[in-house]
Amino acid sequence: MKIPKVAFFDFTSCEGCQVEIANFDQDLLKLLQVVEVVEFREIMKETCSEPLDIAFIEGSFSREKDRERLQKIRQRANLVVAYGSCAATGGINALKNHKPDYKYKVEVYGADATMPHLETQKALPISAAIPVDLAIPGCPVNRQEFVRLVSDLLHGKAPTIPNYPVCVECKKKENICRYELQDTCLGVVARAGCGALCPSNGIPCEACRGFVDNPNLDSLVELLIKTGMQPAYAMAKARMFTANLVEE
Amino acid sequence: MAQKININLQHVTRVEGHGNIVVNATNGKLERCEWQVPEAPRFFESMVRGRHFSEIARITSRICGICSVGHQLASIKATEAALGISVSEQTEKLRRLLKHGENFDSHILHVYFLVAPDLLGVPSVMPLAESHPEVVKRALAMKGLGSRWSSLIAGRSTHPVRIVPGGFSTLITEAELVELKQSILNILPELEATAETLQSVADRIPQFERKTEYIGLVDTVEYGLYDGQIGCLMPDGQKTLIGVEDYRSVTNEWVSPLSTAKYTRHQMDSYMVGALARINLNFQQLHPHAQKMAKEIGFSVPCYNPYMNTIAQFIEAVHSAYCGLELIDSLLYSGLEAEEPPLIQPKAGRGVGAVDVPRGILFHDYEYDDAGICISANCIIPTNQNHANIQGDMDKLVPEMLQANKSQAEMELYLEMLVRAYDPCISCSTHYLNVTFVK
Repeated sequence: MKIPKVAFFDFTSCEGCQVEIANFDQDLLKLLQVVEVVEFREIMKETCSEPLDIAFIEGSFSREKDRERLQKIRQRANLVVAYGSCAATGGINALKNHKPDYKYKVEVYGADATMPHLETQKALPISAAIPVDLAIPGCPVNRQEFVRLVSDLLHGKAPTIPNYPVCVECKKKENICRYELQDTCLGVVARAGCGALCPSNGIPCEACRGFVDNPNLDSLVELLIKTGMQPAYAMAKARMFTANLVEE
Repeated sequence: MAQKININLQHVTRVEGHGNIVVNATNGKLERCEWQVPEAPRFFESMVRGRHFSEIARITSRICGICSVGHQLASIKATEAALGISVSEQTEKLRRLLKHGENFDSHILHVYFLVAPDLLGVPSVMPLAESHPEVVKRALAMKGLGSRWSSLIAGRSTHPVRIVPGGFSTLITEAELVELKQSILNILPELEATAETLQSVADRIPQFERKTEYIGLVDTVEYGLYDGQIGCLMPDGQKTLIGVEDYRSVTNEWVSPLSTAKYTRHQMDSYMVGALARINLNFQQLHPHAQKMAKEIGFSVPCYNPYMNTIAQFIEAVHSAYCGLELIDSLLYSGLEAEEPPLIQPKAGRGVGAVDVPRGILFHDYEYDDAGICISANCIIPTNQNHANIQGDMDKLVPEMLQANKSQAEMELYLEMLVRAYDPCISCSTHYLNVTFVK
């Protein structure tokens, strides 16, 4: 089999998912034997003129002027992977979406908020601009899951991402439920696959990987209110990483 | 001879985030020289408004994927200051150990993955895997240690999970501390090897100087990283200390049409933050092994060459490795006590937290209402504080290069290397770097 050419691209994000690539230690050398990284601006000067087998795109689509760059990447690549939560769902960037445009600009830039280069729109998944073949959630992505999914893609196997809640993984780990500890948690509707990392380390799940399909959000908000949370805040809590998935 | 220089580097490579370099000159006469920062703005200071204090650090962590540990520490310190929470000696030691881990991790990433290719004459680390496999294996092993170091203490190195107001939600175990100590000991020979590699290519580091103001934390406990006052060092050696609560009197932010990120200035038109600023301010507090290493590779202070920031970072990585070992010994000697973070009673208040992250001094400032909900926030990121200084360096460097009749290719390389030397984290500052030369 010809070694597939892959490339990494970034839009509105922290680039932390790309940094995770550098954290494979010696395993990275093994990965580089099965894929050829031909473009990766954050660590490479090289660019590639040949077609790409896979384009990994980190970051949200948050400026209309970025649409053209996304379309060009789509044209160059056989497969496009939304790499990490910002690209998959809008991620943390979407937390500004429910605030009117003028408000967040004025809060951050004050009287300079009208300068044209500060123009922005709602932070959306890249699928709002181009067709995406696979979305890998996570803030940051889970390295092991990333390798498994890319391996599936390259071997023509349908990549699967869990469609059950973090609660399942938490129970398997025999963690004490955050609600038993008078805390709150979004693990009841959050998409698993992280191994319940946050609850296992003593903090609530905040659904950085998004929700399972058809989450019962009314029930989630009801549950949060039962812990003593104000209704308005319960809504806000539910949209921490998932503002694009929670109706206003 | 008529010579036109037209540099237009859009999205400079091997830097975190997006920036452009634009330079135009005709017959040696400079027409335009700009450092542009077109990163997409992200509005974190607005996002945190209306959020509960327990969530703030995990939101602002997402400002940056490389220095998320530092963002969380600055954020937590600001929240603790606002809510009047104090932490145990053990927590403070563990946080200092964690801070050293981040410093080591980020500096290795920068020195090996972003800067070394320029010094070794290749476009990236990828071709080095074949030509210099030992260098790549070493780089990956050191980067691996950096990531494990933070992960063992904070649960994960990119967007940590255990750092909470008042302490840690889960404590590292003594066995893990022993494991970390052994891993650091194993890497010490690699630091020596790195010093040899750097010395062998030292003549590729451009000779350029521009005197500027250097700003960084100055701490009484150790070399300023985790805590301290704001130290401001002028080129004449005059040093002033300012309390972190008064950070706005130092940063004086302004909005430039060249950038989605804000710029800053203090006593001069610009100032520099980061490893070179810290080392100029605090050289005497470096670990003796790091001072020895500095001497061996011929580095001394004061140093006014911004390209030497990379060397200062490496010396700091040595410092953090040895300080890490000492902190682990101290924690193991006293034994880890099972501590739970305190129950926090929210109250209205405002607090500022400052940490010197790998790229320089970072400020988080929050105001909470009596229910512990954030009502205002301000984050001033190191790279923002460096943008004006990068522009200042370019304004001096480009005419010098024109005078010396450098080719366009050489000028492009030197300008890119200049920007890389600052290790900009443009996503943090908002997101970007472009070089554009106009004819």
